[in-house]
Amino acid sequence: MLGNFFGKKKRYATIPREEAKQDIPEGLMKKCPQCKQIFYRKELDNQLQVCPNCGHHHQLSSWERIEMLFDQDSFAEWDKDMISTNPLEFPGYQEKLEKDRLKTQINEAVVTGKGTINGYETAVAVMDARFRMGSMGSVVGEKIARAVEYAKGEGIPIIIFTASGGARMQEGVLSLMQMTKTSVALERFSRAGGLMISIMTHPTTGGVSASFASLGDYNFAEPGALIGFAGRRIIEQTIREKLPDDFQSAEFLLKHGQLDQVIHRHDLKNTLTTILDIHQSGGDTE
Amino acid sequence: MNEQVLPFEEPVVELKNKIAELKKYTNESDVDLSQEIEQLENRLEKLESEVYGNMQPWDRVQMARHANRPTTLDFIHEIFDDFLEMHGDRVYGDDEAIVGGIAKYRGKPVTVIGHQRGKDTKENIRRNFGMPHPEGYRKALRLMKQADKFNRPIICFIDTKGAYPGKAAEERGQSEAIARNLMEMAGLTVPIICIVIGEGGSGGALGLGVGDRIHMLENSTYSVISPEGAAALLWKDSNLAQKAAESMKITSYDLKDLDIIDNIIPEIRGGAHRDVSEQAEKIDEVLHQSLESLSKLSQEELLEKRWEKYKRIGTYTFSS
Ligand SMILES: [Zn+2]
Repeated sequence: MLGNFFGKKKRYATIPREEAKQDIPEGLMKKCPQCKQIFYRKELDNQLQVCPNCGHHHQLSSWERIEMLFDQDSFAEWDKDMISTNPLEFPGYQEKLEKDRLKTQINEAVVTGKGTINGYETAVAVMDARFRMGSMGSVVGEKIARAVEYAKGEGIPIIIFTASGGARMQEGVLSLMQMTKTSVALERFSRAGGLMISIMTHPTTGGVSASFASLGDYNFAEPGALIGFAGRRIIEQTIREKLPDDFQSAEFLLKHGQLDQVIHRHDLKNTLTTILDIHQSGGDTE
Repeated sequence: MNEQVLPFEEPVVELKNKIAELKKYTNESDVDLSQEIEQLENRLEKLESEVYGNMQPWDRVQMARHANRPTTLDFIHEIFDDFLEMHGDRVYGDDEAIVGGIAKYRGKPVTVIGHQRGKDTKENIRRNFGMPHPEGYRKALRLMKQADKFNRPIICFIDTKGAYPGKAAEERGQSEAIARNLMEMAGLTVPIICIVIGEGGSGGALGLGVGDRIHMLENSTYSVISPEGAAALLWKDSNLAQKAAESMKITSYDLKDLDIIDNIIPEIRGGAHRDVSEQAEKIDEVLHQSLESLSKLSQEELLEKRWEKYKRIGTYTFSS
């Protein structure tokens, strides 16, 4: 079970920076990009990769997220072997894909499948920002659209974790059209009464933000996540004005009515369980 | 208004000017140059078909952005009768970067919506250069739902550099507004025809772009990012826009090859601005065909075919 993350006992130890550099094998330690403190990886694991010092939510790989959320051995992956082609014959694209496949040990920027969360069966799509910055090309669009269709066929909810820099440039307008493909799939799913929960993680921008990420029955985000349509630099150039620091943060979106909640990672599984439970007990079962 | 001359058209314009000069000279003096003029006119004919018959992607980008290119309202007035513009999203305001309203098409009621650029600086400021805010997309959605209620087809003209990248736009949910349109348009039970008439810029274009038929004017573009933006992003050099226009595959011919659009609507030689009425007739022809064939479908068939249309866009394979 989760919870009890805020017990009085201090469950972590900070390592002075210089000391860490010299004495501790690199793989054992991880530096918080926000507060710059260095922690044992094990401690961060225990905290679900949330910085014990400043609360920064570290980015997760798809599989870290799945392991964190799903009941043990309950997850089965869909369309694992689907990979991108190079439709526009973009120089260097295949090599970049190959490099990211090796680096991340996944075949594309999203992992889809189904499993149980505290016993509740649900489909899931988890994007991975390490793969081509989580950009959406044909494979990401297709895998998500298929996951939505599978969920519809099985009459189970779908949860989508987004982490994406937007559309994948190297697939040009085919990438753009994946926004439509996923949205049309979600419309069918919604019309059939399906429950879709969107959880936006850092970063969720561009074409992903302007399609399925915003189309949940519930739209949530993780603390501090960058979420927006246009990039900060482009906006600053356009309006010739400096933007506030919190611009396009999850908290900023919540304040402007764009989100249902910002959910701390330590509370996520419980909140999702509650929603899945409420939806299962509702409706026309009697 | 002086007509803008694009770099690739310069030889044509030079020759035209020369012919005009000779004609003027002939009229003002007693020298008969009619034979020379005829020769030059024959040459012009050949040159025009060469220049406009071999337009490169970058030439088409420039044509799509031509200062005199007809806008949504120009085509609305040519193609439809009794157009009545309707304003406002009922929540925040009226975004004049998108126009919409009701009209008659060949005697039957329709709803027409489109991005709207300005014709001059003053109008462009009012219309934000055709770059919508969320309230523009929400106005469009309101009008589309109304069309759905009264069972009339929807025609969308697409012509935008993109949704506006501004502070207020983000605060009011630019992403959500576009996403909502994509999803809601997918479920409307009336025929939707989308016609790209100028620039189809990314998500901002797509927000009016989910339909049963997608057509493009021959010299329009549809892209995930502008050629300049792509060049800056991919090669850190926005001067390579010309190269990006080629490799990003953004012309009507590219999109037809990629099997994304249904029809290329031919443009009159020299571009749509040369004769708006004649161009409108070519649009009208394709629009009529589209509506005729879609009117035969039941609502269920319409939605199913719309899904099938988008489902097959994209390329992938399986490793093993
Ligand atoms: Zn920290």
